[in-house]
Amino acid sequence: MTDAAFPRRQPIALRFPSVMIFLAILALFTVGVTILSEGFGIGVISTSFVKTLGKTLCLCLVALAMDLVWGYCGILSLGHMAFFGLGGYAIGMWLMYARTEIIVLESLAAAPLPPTPQEVSDGIASQIFGVVGAAEFPPIWAFAHSLPLQLAAVVLVPGLLALVFGWLAFRSRVTGVYLSILTQAMTLALSLHLFQNDSGLRGNNGLSGLQNLPGQSDISQDIVSLWFFWASAVALGLGYLLCAWVVSGKFGSVIRAIRDDEARVRFLGYPVEAFKLAVFTLTAVIAGIAGALYYPQAGIINPAEVAPIASIYLAVWVAIGGRGRLYGAVIGAAFVSLLSTWFTGGQAPDIGLGFYTINWVDWWTVLLGLSFVCVTLFAPKGIGGLVDLLVDRHSLDRHGADLGPDQGALREQEAEK
Amino acid sequence: MSTLLEVSGVSVSFDGFKAINNLSFQIADAELRAVIGPNGAGKTTFMDIVTGKTKPDEGRIVYGDRGDSLLGMSESRIAQIGVGRKFQRPTVFEDQSVFANLMMALRKSRSPFSVLFFKPSQEDDDKVAELAGEIGLSAALHRKSGELSHGQKQWLEIGMLLAQEPRLLLVDEPAAGMTPAEREHTTDILREAAKTRAVVVVEHDMEFVRRLNCKVTVLHEGSVLAEGSLDHVTNNEQVIEVYLGR
Repeated sequence: MTDAAFPRRQPIALRFPSVMIFLAILALFTVGVTILSEGFGIGVISTSFVKTLGKTLCLCLVALAMDLVWGYCGILSLGHMAFFGLGGYAIGMWLMYARTEIIVLESLAAAPLPPTPQEVSDGIASQIFGVVGAAEFPPIWAFAHSLPLQLAAVVLVPGLLALVFGWLAFRSRVTGVYLSILTQAMTLALSLHLFQNDSGLRGNNGLSGLQNLPGQSDISQDIVSLWFFWASAVALGLGYLLCAWVVSGKFGSVIRAIRDDEARVRFLGYPVEAFKLAVFTLTAVIAGIAGALYYPQAGIINPAEVAPIASIYLAVWVAIGGRGRLYGAVIGAAFVSLLSTWFTGGQAPDIGLGFYTINWVDWWTVLLGLSFVCVTLFAPKGIGGLVDLLVDRHSLDRHGADLGPDQGALREQEAEK
Repeated sequence: MSTLLEVSGVSVSFDGFKAINNLSFQIADAELRAVIGPNGAGKTTFMDIVTGKTKPDEGRIVYGDRGDSLLGMSESRIAQIGVGRKFQRPTVFEDQSVFANLMMALRKSRSPFSVLFFKPSQEDDDKVAELAGEIGLSAALHRKSGELSHGQKQWLEIGMLLAQEPRLLLVDEPAAGMTPAEREHTTDILREAAKTRAVVVVEHDMEFVRRLNCKVTVLHEGSVLAEGSLDHVTNNEQVIEVYLGR
């Protein structure tokens, strides 16, 4: 056998042209936005729009994670936005603590005696928790003073939750729609818990003022927004590389096999549960990191962000973009979330029908739902399927059969040649 | 020849129906065995039990030189210690190439971590190429396995089993839906495989069993009715009554 028979002996760029194209587009986009921004460029793009774009990049990253877990491994998780939210809460706690600490120290500096650490701590606590009628730090804020520890929490909290939850669910061989319902229940439980005032995370007020970097109050948001935009772009690039690496080798082969026919993979000797758990946990960590970059740009996080509907939207983005291909997830998340911003931001012109006026702020969800149904029925490959037309790839005729008996299995219409 | 697999006194019932009833069965290290029996005789359930898919209500299953019990082991663990299974319907991973299918089956560490960092060596590539040759799919190595014909999928699955290097091969109706020429090739592959390992073939087709030319076990209502050469069992009156005569 010559090397040429095995495409994976080629240089990496040739083997994965889509990765190179994606990274190039991302780099161009980042440079373009920087040049057009108010902070460093000519000011065509407003700072608030830079933030919207930065947030969109984070949504693309969490969509990548969703595609890995659903599109490649066949686990329709309806809980990944909970991991995203947990990442946001973890970083938000530090941002809020550190900024409040500075404010409290300033106000106490005028006092005749230097404040004791207890006084400082009480001051911060009453500032942060006054809104929910408490004046003491709950135990979960024990590490909020430390940036490194809260950064670790961004990764560890979603990772551990996914590990424990996944272990329990996969071990009992819960699959398909039942697993989706379980993940949905987890998300709902988490958001209901966070809504409580005594959850220790300010109940439905959530954490706010996250856009202000502690100690950097003299730096304008024009600049800060670009810092986060760049960080989001780098995270998305690295996340894409990681996902592409994971799905390209034998690991990718095995998880796609699990998606299409789990039982068969077991008889090949692969511990299916361990693979699912690995993918579930890894993607939860990616989601946590995406959330930690998203919420400082959004400025506020509250329990509504963790609500089940957010995770369902995530699945819709990936489905519309085209599951089972990484760029599909990115396209879907970017396209749908930007469109959603446009429609719900009141920029879309209302349509007057004489007897009724279609107000897009209200009707956008209906439109989104309809397009989801249409994509599922008529274009299961999603927007990413258009790429197949460009590079002239055909689907096989499998006479309408699914590619595997498992509920997550790819349908014939979704498969690429 | 030492015994590789020993099933003794195994019973299993589904909702009161005894699918396997006090079944005992032995197979030696390098032996080809055909298992025949009418529908509902428990042939597939027998395979399910050995591969860990179904847990028996009673009885024991001992495997290998050390006499490990297969009861209580997971499917993947049983596959790792050398029991390979081919299903009735060809089940290959249709969205992946023949090469990827074979590479996945190749006997290597199965833990997620080592799979993630797995890099195929030249040796592995050669091994896959050689297997593809054996099953007549050299030219189709980089085609999606979903494109293959039914018979080719059956072979690919057999090739994947061989790649696993099992010590015990359980094959469920390998000749179903094959052309006569494909059947002949399949017989050759199975006979060749049985030189170095134990192979159990479940089959309906008497002609195919005759060509395998091996010891035959007849199952009926979940237990062994007769055992011996094909001529011996086909002359057994009970067998004629329950299976062949009607």
